[in-house]
Amino acid sequence: MFVRLPDVSAKDVPITIDGVPFTARAGDTVAAALLVSGRLACRTTPVTGAARGPFCMMGVCFDCLVTIDDRPNQQGCLITVAPGMRISTQRGARAASAGVQ
Amino acid sequence: MTILDVAIVGAGPAGLAAATLCAEHSLSTSLYDEQAGPGGQIYRGIAGSPLARPEILGDDYWHGGSLVAPFTRSGARYVPQATVWSIERRDDGTFAVAITAGPPHARHTLTVEARAVILASGAQERPFPIPGWTLPGVFMAGAVQILLKTSGIIPEGRTVLAGCGPLLWLVASQLLRAGATIDAVLDTTPRGRLRQALAHAPGFLLSPYFARGRELVRTVRRRVRVIEHVTSLAVEGTTAATGARFAVDGQTHSLSIDQLLLHQGVVPDVNLAGAAGCAFAWNELQACFAPVVDAWGGTTVPGLYVAGDGAGIAGALAAEASGRLTALAVANALGRIDGSARERAAQRHRRDSAMATRGRLFLDTLYRPADAFRLPEGDTLICRCEEVSAAAIIELARSGCAGPNQAKAFARCGMGPCQGRWCGLTVTELIAHAQRRDPAEVGYYRLRFPIKPIPLGEVAALATTSEAMHAVVRSPD
Amino acid sequence: MTRHFDVIVVGGGLVGASIAFGLRDLGSKLAVFDEGDVAHRAARGNFGLIWVQGKGLGLPAYGTWTQRSARAWPRFAASLRDETGIDVALRQTGGVHVCLSPRELDVRSERFVQLFAQPGFERFDVEVLDRAGVAKRLPGIGPDVVGGTWSALDGDCNPLRLLRALDIGVERAGVVRHARSAIVAIEPHADRFGVRTAQAEFTCERIVLAAGLGNARLAPMVGIKAPVIPNKGQIIVLERVQPFLSMPLETIRQTDEGTVLLGDSQQDRGFDDAVDPAVLAAIAARAVRVFPLLRDVRVVRAWAALRVMSPDGFPIYAQSRAHPGAFLATCHSGVTLAAAHALDLAPAIRAGAFPAEYRPFALERFDVRAAA
Repeated sequence: MFVRLPDVSAKDVPITIDGVPFTARAGDTVAAALLVSGRLACRTTPVTGAARGPFCMMGVCFDCLVTIDDRPNQQGCLITVAPGMRISTQRGARAASAGVQ
Repeated sequence: MTILDVAIVGAGPAGLAAATLCAEHSLSTSLYDEQAGPGGQIYRGIAGSPLARPEILGDDYWHGGSLVAPFTRSGARYVPQATVWSIERRDDGTFAVAITAGPPHARHTLTVEARAVILASGAQERPFPIPGWTLPGVFMAGAVQILLKTSGIIPEGRTVLAGCGPLLWLVASQLLRAGATIDAVLDTTPRGRLRQALAHAPGFLLSPYFARGRELVRTVRRRVRVIEHVTSLAVEGTTAATGARFAVDGQTHSLSIDQLLLHQGVVPDVNLAGAAGCAFAWNELQACFAPVVDAWGGTTVPGLYVAGDGAGIAGALAAEASGRLTALAVANALGRIDGSARERAAQRHRRDSAMATRGRLFLDTLYRPADAFRLPEGDTLICRCEEVSAAAIIELARSGCAGPNQAKAFARCGMGPCQGRWCGLTVTELIAHAQRRDPAEVGYYRLRFPIKPIPLGEVAALATTSEAMHAVVRSPD
Repeated sequence: MTRHFDVIVVGGGLVGASIAFGLRDLGSKLAVFDEGDVAHRAARGNFGLIWVQGKGLGLPAYGTWTQRSARAWPRFAASLRDETGIDVALRQTGGVHVCLSPRELDVRSERFVQLFAQPGFERFDVEVLDRAGVAKRLPGIGPDVVGGTWSALDGDCNPLRLLRALDIGVERAGVVRHARSAIVAIEPHADRFGVRTAQAEFTCERIVLAAGLGNARLAPMVGIKAPVIPNKGQIIVLERVQPFLSMPLETIRQTDEGTVLLGDSQQDRGFDDAVDPAVLAAIAARAVRVFPLLRDVRVVRAWAALRVMSPDGFPIYAQSRAHPGAFLATCHSGVTLAAAHALDLAPAIRAGAFPAEYRPFALERFDVRAAA
């Protein structure tokens, strides 16, 4: 479990995670927001369906993949939250035709 | 297309320092980085950390701020959210650098031409392959440090740290200062190592770095239960980490956990330099591969330099000095300063580098991860992306597998999106160990562009040539 | 260590491994020698097609040979599965070659007219499709696709799993394998060959050169020439996606793992096997035209490999006249021909002579061309 320090000064950023509203803070990466929202896992793998979540937080492990505004397999730790952002956890392989064309 | 004097990859201490000095020598300079803000990993969030209490992170962190202002003033161009994924040296000695940049909804791809390229993409935490290390709730210690730096987030509940190395103690102390509770630190430093390390570097005992490091460890020990000489470690749990099982002196113990933070040192990120054709060497003490570089960071590819931890782990202050030495080399190579000016200017940076690396032999000896934590067995996953076990690699090695590339072809390790970053060293060492060969001789994965996954449409948008189009068959038009 | 073998196969790639598999009942009287981990290794760069359509223009026997191999593949895959437990994901439900302009379609149809007009060419069914015909088989096909050709004989498999299965198959049969053992020299004697590596010396009664580009250096040692030169090809691999492509295209296929392979390119760049980003861009651009839905699917890796190309692009199966125990086998369609190599070529080697029907693939055809 993760918790925000009480004296953090960043502004609120409203997002949704799997359709559920959540208040992140300015400067949070999507992965950070997921963790502080109480979710350790963000996807299941396409190889065996095992649960995975953010691991390295620096863009080199590719375990924090989530769908952001309908775009699948985004690295949550490299993307900063924005107001209205829609984050979805993922199951298995992405659909070929998902995403904004 | 205008040609840059120098393209620099990575906005950590080496990249920031190099870019600043290059621009100050009137070289047209662009600095590309994947993150949204400068600082790399060690100074992550330095330009916008939301922490109200700077003392949480300590002075060494805030030193990073001294790099940002001069960089901003220098005139170098800063390009954040940019992934450099290919570097091609052309026949005329210039480089074509492929970059995909921008926010997720507006990515664009471009080719930048540069006369020189400095790779400063630094290091990553060393793989820590133990049973259950892929479970949610298991993190690298650096990951949790990033949460603290950039978002003011700390773990709560039952938190255990495990491993070895200066960063483990630094993260522990930062978390404690921020108000987190740590149930235990499981120290995997083997017995007898301290004596070994001291024998190698008695001079280091007198340096202020040693005193600070020792004080840091003592501070943590005063407040946290530290279990030393842990010889094995496994994570328990099915869909998330629920426990840490470890052994000390032949006895097994178990701790209930909510999260486990792992760390056993850092290793160079080799993918860009490797794919660009640089020669590499195995560093036996640090148990990793690093590019072969001269005193200025020049690799075996003329015009391509590596600065900072990417050339060999030496820490943030050494990375700064390394970046400045490389900038001087480029300034000289491109005719801005002559050889004697380069030499004169280099003196100070060489001194800084020597000071900053004084404890290296001591730390590397002390904290070299034990075999047990570099040579997993059985079902332990060694390739996180393709979910390949240690047993699969060991079996291939025992049946005569020629090396990591054949292992990759047969077992799929290294084929996933991380491109071997979390399995490459383990695969090399497992094969070396099973076949009684030197890791230097076993070698590493053949690295290729793109060195990060790139959307197909962005690759399609890269500039191509009529020769390349003709090469793609069945295009008679 | 055993030093004498009935047969030594030089080369552990697809050609060598298939032949060795076909000879595996020799057990420990057969040895396969292979180079180190980083060598040219066309086999590791293979796309994975088992492809018939379009082949044989200029050499009708090649069309026959290819079809024979494709028809033998199910039997071949079954024996691999039975003996090694490995399923190489054989899929032979047809394949499509797409055309992105009316001119491409014309050129493609014309090719089959010429192909079938050749005396002795073994015909097979191929359908010229219009756009609707392609779209019916390949949902999501892009607007630039105007048509294509379809053949029921085409298919694919998992080429790396094939290589692994062949390796295990020969290992289980007791065949001796020497990895990291490049051949330094071959010395023909009256009744045997001396074979030298950096570490040791061996002898054998018969030797099969299946060393790809390495054949050029080895062939003269047994009195023949292997006029093979490298032809560089690049391939892009995309991340796993849910199944969307149920049959292979000649340059796009979805693997049984869910990843997507994109090809291909041909360049004469000598032994340069670096990935050329401009070629990646050209492959990517064409793939996006064929399947626009792949636009935001990520490239997770790419590679370049060197095809083993003969002067006319057709296989070479040769037997040395000066030293009849020496055989040469080389091709650039190692997956398609793997079944024929194991089930047809290997028995011919065991019998001691290539049959007359292999003559079109012999080296003499190059002398004829030179003379003409």
